[in-house]
Amino acid sequence: MKELVCIVCPKGCRLHVDEENGFAVTGNSCPRGAEYGKNEIQNPTRVLTSTVRITGGAYPRCPVKTDRAVPKAKLMDIMKELNGVTLSSPVEIGQVVLRDAAGTGAGVVVTKAL
Amino acid sequence: MYDLIVIGGGPAGLAAANSAWQKGLRSILIVERDKEAGGILNQCIHNGFGLHRFKEELTGPEYAARFIDMLKETGVELMLDTMVLEITAGRQVHVISAKDGYQVLSAKSIVLCMGCRERTRGAIGIPGDRPAGVFTAGSAQRYLNLEGYMVGKRVVILGSGDIGLIMARRMTLEGAKVLACVELMPYSGGLMRNIVQCLNDWDIPLYLSHTITDIRAENGRVSHVTVHKLDENRQPIPGTNLEFDCDTVLLSVGLIPENELTRAAGIQMDPRTNGAVVYENMETSVPGIFACGNVVHVHDLVDYVSAESERAGAAAAEFVLKGQREGEALELKNGADVGYTVPQKIRAQAVEKAADVFFRVRRVFKNSVIEISDGEKVLASFRREHMAPGEMEHILLPRKILDQARGGQITVSAKEA
Repeated sequence: MKELVCIVCPKGCRLHVDEENGFAVTGNSCPRGAEYGKNEIQNPTRVLTSTVRITGGAYPRCPVKTDRAVPKAKLMDIMKELNGVTLSSPVEIGQVVLRDAAGTGAGVVVTKAL
Repeated sequence: MYDLIVIGGGPAGLAAANSAWQKGLRSILIVERDKEAGGILNQCIHNGFGLHRFKEELTGPEYAARFIDMLKETGVELMLDTMVLEITAGRQVHVISAKDGYQVLSAKSIVLCMGCRERTRGAIGIPGDRPAGVFTAGSAQRYLNLEGYMVGKRVVILGSGDIGLIMARRMTLEGAKVLACVELMPYSGGLMRNIVQCLNDWDIPLYLSHTITDIRAENGRVSHVTVHKLDENRQPIPGTNLEFDCDTVLLSVGLIPENELTRAAGIQMDPRTNGAVVYENMETSVPGIFACGNVVHVHDLVDYVSAESERAGAAAAEFVLKGQREGEALELKNGADVGYTVPQKIRAQAVEKAADVFFRVRRVFKNSVIEISDGEKVLASFRREHMAPGEMEHILLPRKILDQARGGQITVSAKEA
């Protein structure tokens, strides 16, 4: 039995995950908590948010995020790939700046129109 | 003459203006000092915003964009790069900008949405040298996320508020080494999910009941920080010192509502929140002037700011279209272990179904109960599995409970069940 704090939403439910029982989750208050508990023990994932260079915008950095949760172990590899990205204004929310980031299959997209 | 002038174009101002438009006001102005709307959300590039409001996980800029897009569908005017110098109880707003100079604008109603600012090193009096390299976490966040400057390489964070935790992860991702997060209190001031994904994910140690006792400098830049464990009276325990070689200290030691305009207008303040005293509809002690968001009390989630601000915007519309609310006000008192309540006053007669009441407890509770009494009789109680000062509590007080209160007051208290 492993104890976890659910991070799906800010509520912070205290989960119990039973590894010997098909990773059954208790202590969750929504279905997403159950899914988080299962995944967090077997393959923890996070959405990565960061910035990339942009020229011609109101600011020199443009915020971006992965379009899905990616394995925790790949976050630093994606950060490295983002160092090579430079956008030029204008960009729109959702615009893809990097495909298949660090081989995760996830895209990295713009989160602010600049 | 505007129907409504909103002071500040952050999340509170955007939601208040939008809601007042939806309720029928047609001449609305938002005055914003920055070059764009969105406020602090613009630098909060992390995700986790909007789970309540939009049922999805957005980043700060995306959350702001949702409201800015909504506003574009309305006729709300947005005045950027403009500083408000003064508001008066007669609802005049003095503004200044490079483009239009000094102007005095009049409004039938005003909503105050100035937000809050960070406590600084001066506010908490950390001993030691006064070098470069000491930043509030929010300033560092702005440098890093908007301006593109890396503020340091080896970092100690004082305070475990959410911005500090978010910056611990952010600095780590950008290649800095975050050596420690140091918290004065025996519990974290931040959300549990931020402890998990900002500290635990990156093996950053959290030292509870510790504080920085010395900052030393070399060549005008932070070079060394000493941290001590504290006893139950928050005094450093000799011999427990931890030494860190670092070039940067980030402070996440609390937020203060920014209320210079409010005070100057003669609006009644609450020393517990450092915000205005408000009624159930977010109206201040001056009729027709409302306040919402972090300028009233510091919120945990922007979703709650939006919800509160929509109530304030709707109330401003009601004031302009239907006139002032009537009725005797019940006073909300803080009972055991309750630090403050918002609102502080409720005109029960004006409450349709139920009044929202927000508050913070003073310590961590497990398996506890929130009790509402009128001093003599317990009128209602609400069960909670877990409460902490870092997590704002919310209860809905039904009209029929309010009507039962005798003696013109209601006390909110917290205790173990």
